[in-house]
Amino acid sequence: MIAELGHFALALALVLAIVQAIVPLYGAARGEAALMALGGSTAIGQFALVALAFVALAHGYVTSDFSLATVMDNSHSTKPLLYKITGVWSNHEGSMVLWVLILTLFGAAVAWFGTSLPPDLRARVLAVQGMIGAGFFAFILFTSNPFLRVSPAPPDGNGMNPILQDLGLAIHPPFLYLGYVGFSVSFSFAVAALIEGRVDAAWARWVRPWTLAAWCALTIGIALGSWWAYYTLGWGGWWYWDPVENASFMPWLAGTALLHSAIVVEKRDALKTWTILLAIVTFALSLVGTFLVRSGVLTSVHAFALDPARGAFILLLLVIAIGGPLILYAIRAPSLQGGGLFAPISREGALVLNNLLLATGCATVFIGTLYPLFLDAMFGEKVSVGHPFFDRTFVPLMVPLLIAIPFGPLLGWKRGDLLAASQRLLVAAGAAIAVVLALFLLVNPAAVLATLGLGLAAWIASGSLVEWSERVQLLRAPLKDTLARARHLPRATYGMTLAHLGVAVTVAGIAASAWESERIELVHPGDSVAIAGYDLRLDKVESVEGPNYTADRGTVTVTRNGAPVTVMYPEKRFFTVQRTPTTFTAIRTNLLSDLYVTLTDGDGKGAWTLRVFQKPLVPWIWLGCGVMALGGLMSLSDRRWRVGAAVRRTRVAAGASADD
Amino acid sequence: MRRLIYILPVVAFAALAAYFYLSLSRDPTALPSAMIDQPTPTFTLAGLSDQPGLATSELAGQVALINFFASWCVPCRAEHPLLMSVPRELGVPLYGINYKDKPEDAARFLAELGNPYSRIGADRDGRVGIDFGVYGVPETYVIDKAGRIRLRHVGPLTPADVAKEIAPLVQALKGP
Repeated sequence: MIAELGHFALALALVLAIVQAIVPLYGAARGEAALMALGGSTAIGQFALVALAFVALAHGYVTSDFSLATVMDNSHSTKPLLYKITGVWSNHEGSMVLWVLILTLFGAAVAWFGTSLPPDLRARVLAVQGMIGAGFFAFILFTSNPFLRVSPAPPDGNGMNPILQDLGLAIHPPFLYLGYVGFSVSFSFAVAALIEGRVDAAWARWVRPWTLAAWCALTIGIALGSWWAYYTLGWGGWWYWDPVENASFMPWLAGTALLHSAIVVEKRDALKTWTILLAIVTFALSLVGTFLVRSGVLTSVHAFALDPARGAFILLLLVIAIGGPLILYAIRAPSLQGGGLFAPISREGALVLNNLLLATGCATVFIGTLYPLFLDAMFGEKVSVGHPFFDRTFVPLMVPLLIAIPFGPLLGWKRGDLLAASQRLLVAAGAAIAVVLALFLLVNPAAVLATLGLGLAAWIASGSLVEWSERVQLLRAPLKDTLARARHLPRATYGMTLAHLGVAVTVAGIAASAWESERIELVHPGDSVAIAGYDLRLDKVESVEGPNYTADRGTVTVTRNGAPVTVMYPEKRFFTVQRTPTTFTAIRTNLLSDLYVTLTDGDGKGAWTLRVFQKPLVPWIWLGCGVMALGGLMSLSDRRWRVGAAVRRTRVAAGASADD
Repeated sequence: MRRLIYILPVVAFAALAAYFYLSLSRDPTALPSAMIDQPTPTFTLAGLSDQPGLATSELAGQVALINFFASWCVPCRAEHPLLMSVPRELGVPLYGINYKDKPEDAARFLAELGNPYSRIGADRDGRVGIDFGVYGVPETYVIDKAGRIRLRHVGPLTPADVAKEIAPLVQALKGP
């Protein structure tokens, strides 16, 4: 009964979405306030309905109602409660419900927080949100109904893919979807602007916080996914350039570019058409990300829905959702005149460089992901594109981008002084050189790239701090003035500095991975493995019972020069329902390096295989992502997003004289 | 001229959508095989290190599965847990052909994930793979009692593949 209620709520939400897609748009064209205002109520109504459907589905999982097909396929009565809940979205149908839940959440948020938006813009934005919603509700109801019943209901379910029974993965899709779907708001703003034929600073000011929020969530989502791959797959890797990973990385790259180009629209009234295009492309890539994973166009290790019929539906959705706005763009964009002129060496110029490199990087990932499929489709040739391709194409594009980070904020708007900026950055260059020399002399002269990478990280970090100290006049003004300035700097500025510091931390973590050491040994209980100054002794291996698995648990005592460090418990788990073994990695971290131990079958005669990694700075990769997201949140809390944005300039397009 | 730049995105997208449409209509896992209902290619392969190898003669008179795998292949890792239970569940032997791989890597792979294979032949240069028409690992073949190839599955096996495709065929081939 509850499931049918959820199904009915979804159907009703589809109706509301269709109303929302049409009525406010018509109202905005006719200038009828009542029709325009309708979008707000329908947006909030949709959210309430989808929340109801979501709760109904979650109820099915929590109470193990195996008469529901998705619950039967993906759950089991012995599964821990937490994973019953997260199991709601660790399958195709449920994950689509989560997708629309987040979509309608954003729609409702626009309705709530957008009351000071110009009514016609708000109406159009909500109408576009309604169109996206209508498409996805139809997709769910017609091809992936989560409330499908099976009769007779089986006594128990098939269980979840054990590799998905993990906290990191369980909370990863909501963040990823918050990011993907969050970009729908900037997309809707872009389409609304194209319909209106008007883009101005006020528009950019409205778009930026939504982009920022989505970007923060996506950053966390990608970091969680990478972290999950690191500790569950048992290979010690944290990024595989797997198509599914790339699918989330491309919107991130485009979204990062969008974040920066929207600044130029807001501050300088330039780069308008490019920003609009980026907003469309970013959401398009999010949709393609959904599409690639779900359609079977790509087959990958952790794609969990492969179904061509659904693929055809998503493709149709894509064509309407991306093709439509791009046609609108082709028609309207030429008439969107840009304002501010700027010299190549200027803040704007630096942001253009940022955008060029990020967009090219994104295109590279796109090609690297799709080219093998393309070759296969056209010529039946199977090639594999992996690390070597991306190392040679993507990395060289990112290096100049990273080098340029400290310059951008030091250049003035319109016309910057590169020489002056360089002089201020001498300290940062000194710091970078010191780091490189110290590592070269003290650590390992052979690992040139790692050493340079850490130098680059030091350059970005110290360069960002230089910019901050310039702003607060550190050491130049009296300390009291500096403190006062530091207090009064806008939070958005701190957000930028933090985010750039986060980039430095992540770069350091990535670069240091060249120093990792690895040992794989066949050991008997009592034997030791030595790695990077640590001794790991396998004391014993015993059988333990988990809630829905049995495991061989090793006890590994770690010592350093005879002094005890820790005891680690790597496990080899066997999930009884799915008859699947998985490795459960034991990781000990001190935030400067990780010890990483997996236990696997040995020779069957009492010996076990221990795989041990010592990975310096690896936690920094995810730590840095956290700092970036924190920077984004800090910027999001800036009060200028909440005040002053309501006032929009007169209807005459601002600065219509010049070209962008 | 300037207008053309703005039309470019939609043109690029149209090309991409057409390509997606093409790749949708072909099922990546259903590759036709010229080898269906043909006798299994004749081969004699050495085993991994000191293990016994695998030859065509060992397949005679029984329904069997042959799985091409390699330690460097990520999808093989994905299907491996399933392979561990397949021989027992279907009641037929599973033979492995280790494709273009180093024996020590393969041994490590099996030590880590378990060894589901009754016997393994090491096809180091991929010659036997060519005879079978292997596109890429993993691939799984069903061989009948007369030694003919009856089914070819490209890509990692999923529980659904085993239940819907392989198990019914194996049961039919085994006979009463």
